Amino acid sequence: MSSPAMQKRAPATAMMLVLTGIAMLSGFLVVLTDQLTAPLIAENQRLAIEAAVSKVIPGSVSHRQFLLSEGKLLPFKKGEAGQTIHAGYDAHGRLLGIAAETGAQGYAGMIYLLYGYEPSCECIRGIKVLKMAETPGLGDKIMSDPEFQTNFDALDARLDSRQTALLHPIVTVKHGSKQQSWEVDAISGATISSKAVGKALNLSAQKLLPQLKPLIPELEAMGK
Amino acid sequence: MKRKTDNRIDWETFSEGLWRDNPVFVMLLGMCPVLAVTNSATNALAMGLATTFVLLASGGLISAIARYIPKQVRIATYIIIIATFVTMVDYVIQAISLDLYNALGAFIQLIVVNCMILGRAEAYASKHRPLKSLVNALGMGLGFTFALLCLGVVRELLGAGSLFGVDLFGENFQPWVVMVLPAGGFLVLGTWLLLFDWIKQRKTQSEGEELHAR
Amino acid sequence: MHADSLGFIFLNTVLANNFVLAMFLGLCPFLGVSGKLDTAIPMGLATSFVMLVSSVSAYAVNLVLVTLDIEFLRLIAYIAIIASAVQLVEMTLKKYSPGLFRSLGIFLPLITTNCAILGLALFQTFKGYDFSQSVTYAFGAGAGFTLAIALMAGLRERLALSQLPSATQGAALSLMLGGLLSLSFMGFAGLGGGH
Repeated sequence: MSSPAMQKRAPATAMMLVLTGIAMLSGFLVVLTDQLTAPLIAENQRLAIEAAVSKVIPGSVSHRQFLLSEGKLLPFKKGEAGQTIHAGYDAHGRLLGIAAETGAQGYAGMIYLLYGYEPSCECIRGIKVLKMAETPGLGDKIMSDPEFQTNFDALDARLDSRQTALLHPIVTVKHGSKQQSWEVDAISGATISSKAVGKALNLSAQKLLPQLKPLIPELEAMGK
Repeated sequence: MKRKTDNRIDWETFSEGLWRDNPVFVMLLGMCPVLAVTNSATNALAMGLATTFVLLASGGLISAIARYIPKQVRIATYIIIIATFVTMVDYVIQAISLDLYNALGAFIQLIVVNCMILGRAEAYASKHRPLKSLVNALGMGLGFTFALLCLGVVRELLGAGSLFGVDLFGENFQPWVVMVLPAGGFLVLGTWLLLFDWIKQRKTQSEGEELHAR
Repeated sequence: MHADSLGFIFLNTVLANNFVLAMFLGLCPFLGVSGKLDTAIPMGLATSFVMLVSSVSAYAVNLVLVTLDIEFLRLIAYIAIIASAVQLVEMTLKKYSPGLFRSLGIFLPLITTNCAILGLALFQTFKGYDFSQSVTYAFGAGAGFTLAIALMAGLRERLALSQLPSATQGAALSLMLGGLLSLSFMGFAGLGGGH
């Protein structure tokens, strides 16, 4: 048996060697996994976006991502400043709609959603909640409630005569009191979450649509 | 003589983690993921398997190299090894399913601080042969998964009326929402512990009576 | 994109999204060190302090990781920072405030494996908080943790005097109590988030 003193103090070089060795091994394994999984993860993310976009732009089969920056349409590049938009086209390359992300403060944190705008009817045709922390069984109905989803079959988002803002701001109204095509009928028991959805849509539509309007022909041409 | 420990692999090596020393119900280790991600059976299963993988990989590696690691840097080395495998699991889950990844959130990365893994590395893997450590780690991992499932199944069944995402009770079922909320996690685990304690007490009691009768 | 205001973050992390009662972080000390108020409160304070230090350092390290584009090392880097932060806090306290060190000392090593600390660092990164948001988040998390553990200790001190069926003593009872606390904290949900 080696003496207790020897057992207690391993030489500093041994410690350094072991730690360096472990660090190298760990680095190797992590980089390897990263390299192997990166394409799969990117593919998954692309599929997730694809699925979300085709849900909010009904009937679209192909999508292209763009960046909207200071009234100009730029090719999408990760990390660049600007609003990301997804243009959805049908099989013949006809522009069906444009999807964009928005968000607002809900009941238990930010609610992020994707919504699809259709230029031909000047309305919002669908939303998909991307991320939220709403209470299960109550607030999270904004994701699943079929009645709430019918709000977005054709939510009025026309621009006013000066083309700088919405003709009628999108508002959420109390459950069962929806009268106008630009109103969102709240879910009973989840008013705050429903209001957040309306607020997020209004916020983004007021800002984005006036910018988007003059670019529609350009986007239409892209599909050809 | 440190390595003179019994190196036979028997049923006990495997089964102790499953029942007698179940990491959750008996040792109360790794409580954070147990409560946080068991709001559905699918999440519970995924978390259990991810933890089992980390337990197996780190246990195997640590027991293979334990004798070369100086005592002073032991814990640091273990943590690095565990963190490495957790990072790998994190990426693999992302590659398999983004939905699952979003549901589990940061709790995959929090496997690192699951005291069960470091505990097993220090108490078992560093003192036993690799093969034996692997068998034991598998038992522990499955025991952990079993415990997670116990919670996940009950919570999803009561809280959402479904199992593994499949609706079971039909339209008329009014979900017991509190079960999928945080409070439900505490309550269900508390009830399970109560049940196990009660069974244990009954067992020791009847054993005592038997002894007495002789 | 992240418009969470500082006040909202603080209130939300202390009450509605309490680290212990809603996110299940830091349960080991919550169940283990909540037997007596005298130890629970110092434990809470020590944890809050380490949270603050690790939050700031994690923010800085994440900046470096992002600029170098090596985010896959984040987890390993964070765990290393937390371990060193705990060590640093321990040494500083020992040197400059021996009294405080004596009362907190035994808890400090325990804090390294407290998942609330790593959780804090990871969540602030996932949420994309900037510096002031991160610090507020750390303050809120620490205050929430202290509040939860102090409440729990108070309850358990009371319960120690009452008669209970033998099977309910121990961890099962603590968990049930935790459940009730968590349930009552749910009433805070939406605080600061409404209109």
